Amino acid sequence: MVNHPAVGAMRVALLLGLLMAAWVLWSGQFLPLLLTLGAFSCLLTVYLTRRMGYFDNEVFALRFGVRLFSYWAWLSREVLRSSLEVARVVLDPRLPISPQTIEIKATASHPVDQAILGNSITLTPGTLALDVHRGKIQVHCLTQAGAADLMSGEMDRRVAALRQD
Amino acid sequence: MALLLDIASWALLSIGGAFVFIGGVGALRMPDFYTRIHAASLTDTMGAVLVIFGIMLQAGLSLATVKLAAILLFLLLTSPTASNALASAALLAGLRPSGEVATDEEQST
Repeated sequence: MVNHPAVGAMRVALLLGLLMAAWVLWSGQFLPLLLTLGAFSCLLTVYLTRRMGYFDNEVFALRFGVRLFSYWAWLSREVLRSSLEVARVVLDPRLPISPQTIEIKATASHPVDQAILGNSITLTPGTLALDVHRGKIQVHCLTQAGAADLMSGEMDRRVAALRQD
Repeated sequence: MALLLDIASWALLSIGGAFVFIGGVGALRMPDFYTRIHAASLTDTMGAVLVIFGIMLQAGLSLATVKLAAILLFLLLTSPTASNALASAALLAGLRPSGEVATDEEQST
């Protein structure tokens, strides 16, 4: 979907403003040379982003709001739990792994949501997203337990619920 | 209070360091490419998060803490992306993961 040119220009200005604010905040220096370099990098970034077609479609998904934070809280607990599990497997002298590849369905159809689901799967130790194809995500799992956990579909449900209005 | 903060910070740093160490041991012990990625992901999730929280406690309420939070956010967004790129490159190059392939068809109703 291609938007009205004015919307595109507004997004360009918004990104440029954000980048410049970030530069000044991170550096904390106000020497003319550094400010010029900063302006140059911000403009270059905006130019490259534009060339990538970033402003043409709805990728700027800053409208998840509070729900994203509660998802992060849930994800943190999952990461903690599976980190301890993988650490236990690694330290076990018998190395009790049962590697397997499974395919789960991604209920959310928007590319950003599928990216969130894939990244969440990879971020959780013991599961690794390999490929997304036609609403199916191929996942490599370190253990049977990890695979069973993912097959229960809770993560998929929670990601799908992120975008419901 | 300062002592408590120091103790909490050192605990976080030590546990984070332990996770980084375990991740390294795992990357050596695991038998093949994909399982090694699993072990290494301990390093960039729990390891990085705990170490950065530990440094934040040392930095206190300052700009440095804001920067650390930004580093943490970017790390958590980019490291799974890098792992995905690594795994799908291996898959495209023809390295098959071991183990059987299953789907969730029979389990989801």
